[in-house]
Amino acid sequence: MIVWRIAWRDVRRGWASGGVLLPVAFFLLVATLFPFAIGPDAATLARVGGGVIWAAALLAALLPVERLIAPDLDAGVLDQLAVRGVALPVVALAKLIGHWAGFAPPLMAAAVIAAGLFGLSGPALLRVELGLLIGTPGLAALAVVTAALTSGLRGAGALAGIVMLPFAIPIVIFGAGSLGGVGAAGALKLLGTVSLLLVAGAPVVAGAAMRMSQD
Amino acid sequence: MTRLALAGVACARGGRSLFAGVSLALGAGDAAVVTGANGAGKSTLLRVAAGLLAPVAGVVERDGSVALLSEAAALDAERTLRDALGWWAGVDGTAGRIAAALTATGLADLAEVPVRWLSTGQRRRAGMARVLVQDADIWLLDEPANGLDTGSVAVLEGIVADRRAGGGIVVVATHLPLAMPGAMQVAL
Repeated sequence: MIVWRIAWRDVRRGWASGGVLLPVAFFLLVATLFPFAIGPDAATLARVGGGVIWAAALLAALLPVERLIAPDLDAGVLDQLAVRGVALPVVALAKLIGHWAGFAPPLMAAAVIAAGLFGLSGPALLRVELGLLIGTPGLAALAVVTAALTSGLRGAGALAGIVMLPFAIPIVIFGAGSLGGVGAAGALKLLGTVSLLLVAGAPVVAGAAMRMSQD
Repeated sequence: MTRLALAGVACARGGRSLFAGVSLALGAGDAAVVTGANGAGKSTLLRVAAGLLAPVAGVVERDGSVALLSEAAALDAERTLRDALGWWAGVDGTAGRIAAALTATGLADLAEVPVRWLSTGQRRRAGMARVLVQDADIWLLDEPANGLDTGSVAVLEGIVADRRAGGGIVVVATHLPLAMPGAMQVAL
């Protein structure tokens, strides 16, 4: 099926160009820098650790935005798919799946290392991983929409951050909120809702944006 | 029945009118050569014919599958030529045509070379190989002779003639002379 074909191509291209290691290395670097900045107090680190992991995950999801759609637009791949009657929302959905499969599983593996740096307990790590599993599809959806919106522009990296980060606020709030304290279970459900909405809406919005850059 | 018809097509880019009143009707075995100065709208006309752009006025009717050779080859630069063609063959379900397409475009020896190492002319021929693999009824070729040496131009003319003989339609936008007997001339 065409969706899996495009998604798999993106995953393969991501791995081949080292594009998967980059977000993971970035994620670990951010997670490593925080303990240096905050200080070695174990209790403080354990308290902020989950939130830092979430912020780092958001930034890591944003990193490959420039190579999600713009290269395919320039290389004429989107034109070729359109000529074959593949609808652009279908392409966007495939990009979403490919992006998620490329960055989320390595990120979740790296989160285990990051949890070690912050001294998170076993149950806390489990909550972080569960939250990431639910929230990363939403982050991938945001990244694909941003990539589509900025695909026709030059030097869109900084702009992409400004476009995407405000929309990611609910994911970070509910993701970090699900780590503990009052209403943690509710936060996880809200995280799932936001993520689902983003995943459902992203193909349509990204498809329309790609259509505009194609003209 | 393979058919491509444009009736009174007009197009504008960035608020500037490029051309208006372009009409042509092509059936199986027909061809058209689109000529014009740089920026006259040759590529735009092909994109309109392919259905990628909506015309400002006029009607485009297509009956048959479309293959488009645009400026970019749309082949993954880091993969070998055979694998890059293979991805599109997978999309089209035409994997059996890769070897013949490579031979027809004189690229058989370069099948295992990554696409990014190909020269300008070789990349152009690789794009043509992609069109051959697709096995479409209507070919829309944008400057297919760009960067080709004399021998390769003759090969290209042969490929186009073969497609027409096989009941296909070929529309070529070019600023280089190409021998296409009986082709309709569209001057923008």
